[in-house]
Amino acid sequence: MLNAIIPLLLDSLASAALIFFAAVGLTLVFSVLRVLNVAHGSLYSIGGYVAASICLFIASRQLNPYLSFLALLFSAVCVAAIFGPLIERGLVRWTYGKSEAVQILITFGLFLILEDLQRVIFGVQSFYEDAPMRLLGTTSIGGVVYLNYQILLIAMALLVVVGLRLLINHTRLGRLITAVVTDREMAQSIGIDTNRIFILAFSLGVFLAALGGALATPTSGIAPGLGADTMVLAFAVAAIGGLGQIEGAALASLIVGLARVLAIYLAPSLDAVAPYAAMLIVLLIRPYGLFGSVTARRI
Amino acid sequence: MRTIIAAAAVLVLALLPLAAPWLQFVLTLAIAKGFAALGVAVLLRAGLISIGHAMFFAASAYAVAFLARAGINDLGLLLILSVLSGALVGAIAGSFLVRYRAIFFAMLNLAVSMVFYALCAKLYGVTGGTDGMPVPVPAVFGIVLGEPAFASVLFYLSLVLMVLVGLAVQRYLNSPLGHALSAVHTNEIRLEYLGIPVWAVLLIAYVVSAALAGLGGAIASFAIGRVVPDFAFWTASGHLVLIAVLGGIGGVPGAFIGALFLELLHSAAVTVTDSWNLIVGMTLIIVIMFMPQGVYGLFARKEATGL
Repeated sequence: MLNAIIPLLLDSLASAALIFFAAVGLTLVFSVLRVLNVAHGSLYSIGGYVAASICLFIASRQLNPYLSFLALLFSAVCVAAIFGPLIERGLVRWTYGKSEAVQILITFGLFLILEDLQRVIFGVQSFYEDAPMRLLGTTSIGGVVYLNYQILLIAMALLVVVGLRLLINHTRLGRLITAVVTDREMAQSIGIDTNRIFILAFSLGVFLAALGGALATPTSGIAPGLGADTMVLAFAVAAIGGLGQIEGAALASLIVGLARVLAIYLAPSLDAVAPYAAMLIVLLIRPYGLFGSVTARRI
Repeated sequence: MRTIIAAAAVLVLALLPLAAPWLQFVLTLAIAKGFAALGVAVLLRAGLISIGHAMFFAASAYAVAFLARAGINDLGLLLILSVLSGALVGAIAGSFLVRYRAIFFAMLNLAVSMVFYALCAKLYGVTGGTDGMPVPVPAVFGIVLGEPAFASVLFYLSLVLMVLVGLAVQRYLNSPLGHALSAVHTNEIRLEYLGIPVWAVLLIAYVVSAALAGLGGAIASFAIGRVVPDFAFWTASGHLVLIAVLGGIGGVPGAFIGALFLELLHSAAVTVTDSWNLIVGMTLIIVIMFMPQGVYGLFARKEATGL
């Protein structure tokens, strides 16, 4: 029995880590900008495409394969630096204070554009580059062979949770963000540059999405349609956790990861249903998500 | 004056396939999606955005396929039964979904529709999985037609339905029940103080909108001849919201104008490039940003209500 539980738990954790990356950026952006970015999944897959391209370049030039770890991080930084300010300034800023229908539609338009741009640039074949995964090898836990890369994923996700918490609670930027989230007008009137905060928060969200996509490529590869799938999964996780709740997103990722792995073990044909079924159950019981509340919204 | 313009527009639509036969399929599909977008627009009146209405579109389409498999082969009967199935699914989902508002309504609709999508795609033995299910050409009043003749019958039937159902929906929206929807958007609490049960108002609207989406799905399944799970994918729902907003509210015609615009844009774009979503996405953003009159009626009061 124990032999079955340990790999199940580790699988769920690794799966949860990847889902968390996709959801936490969405959550952050929503809590600061109050915009549900429908194009978030596309930024995840762009991160993956860029990372895979750089890794393949490294492999083709026979450079030091350990560079591919740097490439994963580097691609996320690049995507965030380019797309973050561009999208926030060019498009999202325009929707502030507009109705949710407008926000959803504008970002849906962006989603359509980004999805097709990827198809044009990277083609329709899937990308696969597992150098980072092979380099790390495997570990035997409780008699079960386990990929070290998956443990790295779990560690990275934990790092993001702790890092974001530290950023928000213990830095000046974090206090500014909290002030903007709590009362946007008051923050503006005491002289906080909200425009700059919005760009930073949005870019950080893009970075987390792109990092998730980059980290996912070595294990699962990347193919057209991933953006749409990731988007709806990130939605589910963000909603389960309570929109705008970082710890909520972490817990929700665990629930979804566990639900998914359990489904794969018990009823393989239902693995795709599991995350949404979990979302449905949670939201029916707690309409505003696990950590969410109607009145007070913090991050 | 408006009636004359509308009648002329319908007449032009009716004559178009005679001039350009390839348009017939495009127009049939546009009307089908127009029905579904009209369903989305009904809920938008109450400020509720559903990113999940493709589910009802697909539910009816699958109902057609299942009924056809069970041996029912009459167009009228299939249409009625499948729309009822769509409405039934709408009543079940709506009974708990109308408790939610704003972003949570949108997300829960999305969740329900994705469960539906995943089930359709995964239950291979029942639904044929991603291969979908075939929809054979049905008989019309007992007469078995060839495929081209049936396509024409379907197109003109859709056109007639567009006018009749459109008028009915217009009446509904102008009835007290329809006006209550805008009141939900503006000030829900006031409505409750007046003794009007908000949930009943919304549930009726939800079932109406599901039935409309279902009618669209049934027509589309006949036109295409096959039902696939992608009918219910969330991006399809997104397109329906897009159509509803693109057309502007302009009353009922808005949804059909939006659908026509998008389908024609699609047909034009695919001749140039495969990346037609690129063009659609840009058009959408340009319309919303620079042509606010296109969405005027929907969002005119947004400042006051704050959704």
